[in-house]
Amino acid sequence: MKRIDLHLLGPLVALVGLFILGALLNPAFLAPANLSNVLARSAFIGLIAVGMTFVITQGGLDLSVGSMAAFLAGITIMAMNALAPFTGENWGTILIGMGVAMAGGVLAGFVNGALITRARIEAFIVTLGTMGIFRSLVTWLADGGTLSLDSGLRTLYRPVYFSGIGWITWPIIVFAIVAILGEWTMRHTRFGRHVEAIGSNDRVARYSAVDVERVRLMTYVLLGALVGLATILYVPRLGSASGSTGVLWELEAIAAVIIGGTALKGGRGRVWGTVVGVLILSLIDNILNLADLVSPYLNGAIQGVIIVLAVVLQREKRSAE
Amino acid sequence: MTPVLALDKVTKSFGPVEVLHGIDLALSAGEVHALIGENGAGKSTIMKILGGFLTPTSGQVLLDGHPAPFRSGPEAEAAGIVVIHQEFNLAPDLSVAANIFLGREISRGVRLDHTAMRAAAAELLDRLGTAIRPEARIRDLSVPDRQMVEIAKALSRKARVLIMDEPSAALTHREVDALYAQVDRLRAEGVALMFCSHRLDEVARLADRITVLRDGAVVRRALRGELTDDGMATAMVGRELRDIFPPKDTPAGEELLRVEGLSVPGAVQVGNVSLTLHRGEVLGIAGLVGSGRTELAEAIAGLRPSSGTISVRGQPTAIRHARDAAAAGIAYLTEDRKEAGLLLDKPLTENLTLAALDRFGFRIDRARERQAMADATRDFDIRAASTAMPAGALSGGNQQKLLLAKTMLTEPEIILIDEPTRGIDIGTKQQIYNFVRALARAGKGVIVISSELPEVMGLSDRVLVMRQGSLAGEVKGARITEENIVRLAMGLGREAEPA
Repeated sequence: MKRIDLHLLGPLVALVGLFILGALLNPAFLAPANLSNVLARSAFIGLIAVGMTFVITQGGLDLSVGSMAAFLAGITIMAMNALAPFTGENWGTILIGMGVAMAGGVLAGFVNGALITRARIEAFIVTLGTMGIFRSLVTWLADGGTLSLDSGLRTLYRPVYFSGIGWITWPIIVFAIVAILGEWTMRHTRFGRHVEAIGSNDRVARYSAVDVERVRLMTYVLLGALVGLATILYVPRLGSASGSTGVLWELEAIAAVIIGGTALKGGRGRVWGTVVGVLILSLIDNILNLADLVSPYLNGAIQGVIIVLAVVLQREKRSAE
Repeated sequence: MTPVLALDKVTKSFGPVEVLHGIDLALSAGEVHALIGENGAGKSTIMKILGGFLTPTSGQVLLDGHPAPFRSGPEAEAAGIVVIHQEFNLAPDLSVAANIFLGREISRGVRLDHTAMRAAAAELLDRLGTAIRPEARIRDLSVPDRQMVEIAKALSRKARVLIMDEPSAALTHREVDALYAQVDRLRAEGVALMFCSHRLDEVARLADRITVLRDGAVVRRALRGELTDDGMATAMVGRELRDIFPPKDTPAGEELLRVEGLSVPGAVQVGNVSLTLHRGEVLGIAGLVGSGRTELAEAIAGLRPSSGTISVRGQPTAIRHARDAAAAGIAYLTEDRKEAGLLLDKPLTENLTLAALDRFGFRIDRARERQAMADATRDFDIRAASTAMPAGALSGGNQQKLLLAKTMLTEPEIILIDEPTRGIDIGTKQQIYNFVRALARAGKGVIVISSELPEVMGLSDRVLVMRQGSLAGEVKGARITEENIVRLAMGLGREAEPA
């Protein structure tokens, strides 16, 4: 019944190709330590990109996620530092910090979504605004410098990023679980079907008694929650946040979604494609760093070419139909 | 005399389906030619071929007796053939003058000559007897005004051949008079005119020559005065007119729906409409385009804000969203199946279950979805190569059947169907008529809105006629006649006395 779609497999083929290329160029590429590092660093963008897949599929966009992550990291660190004298440097404090990150993410996503669906302002405009607001707030909270987690807490929190099951660290595990749940939600639940229907034609969805506004709002809340989750995994890595945390994450996340075959105009979402897209972007970065062929400074240029190429392939698919 | 523009044994196929069968047609200078036929008879296809938007599959287009294989609309327009489409072709954010001269701007050097264009536009609009200002933005104009701008734009093209698709459908009486005056003037100037219309009185008033189409073939040619309105209708519909409707054999049962004092704000307002619908009943709503029929139905279905009370099975029910209506067992089949009814890029199955997904579990049960699709394919006779194909690849008739199946999957008791057979061939129409009566037979209540009078008359136990946003009257039983409905729709007071 289903034809094999080369355009659909394109990103996967590219990923395998990059993997082989990496292994050929430098044996160190295949070392567990390197792969672990690549995957763990992909996890931040990856978690956000899974949420972004839902937002883009319903026909929306969120430019604020990078700034939001920086802001959430900032208030998480401040909350933990402020609480530590009372609650002690223990896991309880860290769990409260995690709660702040999650609650903050959900709230920020809700604000974005409510402005877009209730006040009916363009998603691009709303999130361009909140992008500036979050970025400015974290810079202000850090007074232009860096917010650092107190050293006792930092030591305690560090393993959340750096340890796990063997070389498969916690960020990789969390990313994998979220990706699987995300794919399942998009494919097999009413919510996922409604998200695709709204992106395909919101008028048809409305006439089919789908609560279009609520579904749209929920995608922004889901994305906010995933930004919160990414923040929880990011804070133990450096133990700090500043005005330059998470810069351009929003564009990397959007790029990963597009490379993965989700249509930018909405209507067709592929969470697994997004995961492939994230891995492609990280592998390019890693390979350029390991091999001497091309300067790592050209990373952005190569990623740019890949994004444009992915969209060209998407368009050829449409015109072929 | 050689006709200006003619079709010579033209056929047209879309895929394997031939929709036009050997059409001969001639438009002569200084003559008004009316092309009439039911929806789906092939009028639009002929107009598109004449206007260069479609190429014939076989046969040819002749301009002044010579083959003229136009490859595009602009190419035909350069030859003096101007088409006014039913859907407007205006840039909403530009001014009236800018639209009239779009692509042929008057300029002095590189600078646009706004003064000259405004003056020329004002003169054209003045000739049409409208008060539209050339500086006004299209977005701010009413639909009839936009229609007048389209006509002004065509006039400015100095057309040799002017083709109009339902030119008066969106116009008020006064504007229609101005339009007729222009048609007379253009005829006197030697322009060859052709138009499609559903208004038979208009055809009788304007046309020097009438061509009647049915199912893609010419079934009758006549000169002015040779055909009465009845004669035209009979020729259009053919002898099977009385046979295609199922018998009205279901008695009305208990009251299902009661609407009292419903008003809908908006561009087309509906004011203070009350109606009732019973089990086993098919209630028709007739009226001209723009009389508020769709707005009324969408308000009942929770798709438009409204005031007034709606009672379902005797219970006052607040309907503010489509899901409130769905919960009350009310379903609405939109007239706009391509933009509001179906996800054209999605597979049939996803379209079928979209409105009723909550019946398929939290984790959507694919096996049950496939079963529902198989049932729908059988029950509604949906003809598709594969259920994985996108809904947009289905023919209009099968799309309509899929939309019907999708709506019925929510198991509604009150079904509002807006234009049930727009753009559908006669065989499928009959199937849909049978579905409608079968719903009534199953004890449901059905409201049918249609611009096609034979359809409203043939299907309905009772017909409400709307005019300018209000109910103009009701006819039932033997009093459901074209004359009675038209009189009410046109505001000619009470229905005629029975002869």
